[in-house]
Amino acid sequence: MSDLYKTPLHALHLELGAKMVPFAGYDMPVQYPLGVMKEHQHTREKAGLFDVSHMGQVIVRGASYKEAALGLETMIPVDILSLPEYRQRYGYFTNDQGGIEDDLMLANRGDHVFVVVNAACKAADIARLKAALEPAIQVTEITDRALLALQGPASETVLSALDPHAATLRFMDVATLDLDGVEAWVSRSGYTGEDGYEISVPAEQADHIARALLSHADVEPIGLGARDSLRLEAGLCLYGHDIDTTTTPGEAALTWAIQKSRRAGDRAGGFPGADVILSQLENGASRKRVGLIPEGRAPMREGVALYASEDSNTPIGTITSGGFGPTVGHPVAMGYVTTDHATKGTTVYGELRGKRLPLTVAAMPFTPAKFKR
Amino acid sequence: MKFTEEHEWLKEEGDLIVVGITEHAATQLGDVVFVELPDAGTTVSKDDEVVVIESVKAASDILAPLDGEIVEVNEALADSPSTVNDDAMEGGWFFKMKPSDLSPMDDYMDEAAYKKLID
Repeated sequence: MSDLYKTPLHALHLELGAKMVPFAGYDMPVQYPLGVMKEHQHTREKAGLFDVSHMGQVIVRGASYKEAALGLETMIPVDILSLPEYRQRYGYFTNDQGGIEDDLMLANRGDHVFVVVNAACKAADIARLKAALEPAIQVTEITDRALLALQGPASETVLSALDPHAATLRFMDVATLDLDGVEAWVSRSGYTGEDGYEISVPAEQADHIARALLSHADVEPIGLGARDSLRLEAGLCLYGHDIDTTTTPGEAALTWAIQKSRRAGDRAGGFPGADVILSQLENGASRKRVGLIPEGRAPMREGVALYASEDSNTPIGTITSGGFGPTVGHPVAMGYVTTDHATKGTTVYGELRGKRLPLTVAAMPFTPAKFKR
Repeated sequence: MKFTEEHEWLKEEGDLIVVGITEHAATQLGDVVFVELPDAGTTVSKDDEVVVIESVKAASDILAPLDGEIVEVNEALADSPSTVNDDAMEGGWFFKMKPSDLSPMDDYMDEAAYKKLID
């Protein structure tokens, strides 16, 4: 285990009794003594604190915000230029085939773009950014800051106790807060479907801030296990599972992230795979990511093949994420099916341990999003 | 009571053997959300996969500890799979089987040996 990276909160996880697992090269908490189910429910009911310091934090800085934004727009099919100051947007790097190289968050922090990328992809992302943008635009990985996520309905009360300004932020707003004397780069966002914040703080103060947040009666530490079930119920993609280099935005039902200005007009296209991605916007894709609800109690997980009927020979798709949804109280899944089976209410069959079991194509999120818009 | 290396407990009840998983195993598995049980009347061979336990984390198999016939399954687990976590050693039992060959019982661990295994 000695070859695994540790986040600045590693010692705190051990002190809190976390069960640690390797994840994207890091030794990370998968659960605490509360357990996955209760951690999940606690986050939906009160507030959960997640260590997401393994994710990549990157500053992209040009001569102006505009220069950095336009540089990033050559790699990402999102309108970054018109992103208002101190606002954040979801996006993804694409490849020449129209596939997704990684998904990410982009924030306009005044004179630069602050980018948060997935842990497993961060080395490749940073190399890709540097190759495409430097030397005109500087790409700097921030390695001396931890990243925390505070998620759940009590988050506003908890964070406001440290800096009342937290309460004034709306969903996807970004600000620099003063948390007990510590400079925190905060966004009102997260990956659970709940209201909440993502909080970047200097590594040496991360333990202090985490303890300050955990000292609130409503806050429990939450591991990767519940993070996965929370994001699955929220219908959010996990990179490397629900989206990857072979899935296009059209197939992945993520075209909402492509603003009009990147679809038509003088800033349309200009990102890798634009021909494929824009053509699918016009004509549709042959397969689609959908929500799936198994009719029985048996969870159906990643890799389960999907069929149109109980006896057909050719699969129409695959489950990419699945498990039990603690809040909805039944199994949930997402996966890809051919477009003719992607309509809500369609019954498809998953092959589980040699048996074909029915699932219904369903709307996502499975639990209503509670963002503070 | 006897124990297998797969963390099953085996309890003799008349000429039947009741099978469940230990508290230690239940804790390791995490919150159990679904248990797939065999049909009563199924004939099984030792080491057949007879039960699937789905926890919030993953699916795990339970192997038949002996040759024989499944005579009763714990239907209550369909509605309350969490009994496997809450009452692993009693109410969380999976099935009762009528063994055709009891001799492997001698090879399974007693409680002291099992405790040594999990320490």
